[in-house]
Amino acid sequence: MWEYSEKVLEHYRHPRNVGKIDDADLIGEAGSLACGDSLKLYIKLDGKIIKDAKFQTFGCGSAVASSSILTEMIIGKTLEEAKKITNKDIAEELGGLPQEKMHCSVMGQEALEDALKKYYGEEKIEEEIGVSHSGDKVVCTCFNVTENQIWEAIKVNGLKTVEEVTNYTKAGGACGRCKGLIKDIIDTYYKKEVKKEELTPTQKILKISKVIDQQISPQLQKDGGDIELVDVEGNKVKVKLTGMCSGCKNATMTLKAFVESVLRDKVDSSLEVEQV
Amino acid sequence: MIYLDNNATTKVDERVLDAMLPFLKEDYANPSSMYDFAKKPAAAIKEARVKVRDLLGASNEKDIYFTSCGSESANTAIKGVLNCNREKKHIITTKVEHPCVLNTYKELEKNGYEVDYISVNSQGELDIEEFKQKLRKDTALVSIMYANNETGVIYPVEEIGEYIKSKSPETRFFVDAVQAAGKIPINVKDTNIDLLGISGHKFHAPKGVGVLYVKPDVRFTPLINGGHQERGLRAGTENVPYIVGIGKAAELAKDALDYELKEVKRLRDKLEEGILKNVFNARLNSSINKRVPNTSNIGFEYVEGELILLHLSDIGVCASSGSACTSGSLEPSHVLRAMGVPFTALHGSIRFSLSRFTKESDIDFVIENMPKIMDKLTSISPFQDELMELRKRKGL
Repeated sequence: MWEYSEKVLEHYRHPRNVGKIDDADLIGEAGSLACGDSLKLYIKLDGKIIKDAKFQTFGCGSAVASSSILTEMIIGKTLEEAKKITNKDIAEELGGLPQEKMHCSVMGQEALEDALKKYYGEEKIEEEIGVSHSGDKVVCTCFNVTENQIWEAIKVNGLKTVEEVTNYTKAGGACGRCKGLIKDIIDTYYKKEVKKEELTPTQKILKISKVIDQQISPQLQKDGGDIELVDVEGNKVKVKLTGMCSGCKNATMTLKAFVESVLRDKVDSSLEVEQV
Repeated sequence: MIYLDNNATTKVDERVLDAMLPFLKEDYANPSSMYDFAKKPAAAIKEARVKVRDLLGASNEKDIYFTSCGSESANTAIKGVLNCNREKKHIITTKVEHPCVLNTYKELEKNGYEVDYISVNSQGELDIEEFKQKLRKDTALVSIMYANNETGVIYPVEEIGEYIKSKSPETRFFVDAVQAAGKIPINVKDTNIDLLGISGHKFHAPKGVGVLYVKPDVRFTPLINGGHQERGLRAGTENVPYIVGIGKAAELAKDALDYELKEVKRLRDKLEEGILKNVFNARLNSSINKRVPNTSNIGFEYVEGELILLHLSDIGVCASSGSACTSGSLEPSHVLRAMGVPFTALHGSIRFSLSRFTKESDIDFVIENMPKIMDKLTSISPFQDELMELRKRKGL
């Protein structure tokens, strides 16, 4: 049983502003049915002031409560003020959310951002929230979470571990393959240089082999595939994907996004993985 | 309160508690001791063993080992048997086992075992042909649950046992019967089941006691080493009051089997039919046949399960969900995913599980209130067009 605050209970039991605004000026969406929660936010403007807001949510108690309180928070605010609302503000307004449920407040913020994007245009918003790196690639393919979303969650909530990022964004919560990438993003954010000791060529090969056996191979086996280490030349790690992984259309993705990222994280950040 | 979550745990039967109390109070002796004071607890354990033997249809009470829970029974069975047969490294199980079994195999995979996970169809029924193809001469262990905890679907373990015996007689066969004991008749002596685990708190004994049945000619190593208790195969001073409790509960469950198969089934069917008929977005998530009599798993489309549970809880109804949000795991039930339940219903699946204490009025209350809850919750959903389509299709 989750420990929900009185305010969360009140809002899932009696959600405010449920429904659709037929002539909405802005509509924002976040989440998806497949992922287990999704939110549609409708905003009616009066000049630059949010005159009315309504929502429709598919999700758990805290998702409904987050959506409901968000509408209350933005009604009467100017767009400039609404733009500054973060997931942390939503969670605080609810009297806190369980750690594992913080992603519900993030969904609220994302729907709001999505709606405001349509007003301000994409670039302006990104500038505003301080996304400093270009491009926005999907990191977690299970829950379709992008690098910018993770970056933003780390920034607003001061997240320091992969587990915290999962609680807030869901990224890494299903197959877990993107955990290495999430760690990279955290490290980049805090500009931490992870110190690696200098390895002799033999030590390096042994370490690569160990990481493949203990951390990479078991993950691939879960999907009916596997991996074999063929050779190591300088910083080039040559591997062979077997089982279900051989011929899989995502094989290149698996190699780069998972195998290479884990090896870089655990052994040496200059390693390059190629399939033979 | 209306308690429809009996596959999670059950209420302790008053008669079970009454049988246990003397061993928590005056008869506290260690049953291994040599004085007369220890005779009563020692005799009580023997009696409990006989009662459990009868519930499982075993031929000898010596084949009954008391453990602390269903998970311990499963871990002992799996690891104990494999330890006695180290040259064989192949295991067959299903994709829908309980986590205490599945996670044990995940661990064994890391240690060099090859595990095949048999699929189920959309009705939750096992692919027997796939199983037959996977069985090999060097298969060390086959492990298949008697009935699934989420759907209640019963697996043909007797037929599977016969097949193993005919094709690979050296292969051991473990059955997790936690959700079957007390719900359907079990008769291990007429089957080729080598080991079978059950848990007391699923049939009105308290939490903290389980049983492992092991056929006399099957060797296994203990999970817990120590004293000579349980013939040296499960050390630790016997938990006398709880063993007495599971014994009494086994006796009562055996007596109540007829009631379970007729009356509990009638109430379950009434609940299920009532909901499927009156709630426009409800669909049954499993086979209608071959199920334990107390379980019903219903998917409510376009509504999330935790939200349904919270609203049920607000009117005093306890049930459970395969939704990710209830567990914090972010992924919905592995059982429903293995069955290929569509996303629209996957996150909104609710399991109702009855017991012999469920009253007709409980069922009527849920049937009456479920449409109201669902009208409220579907009105929040962003999938209004899809919901309207469902309403039209069902004429509700």
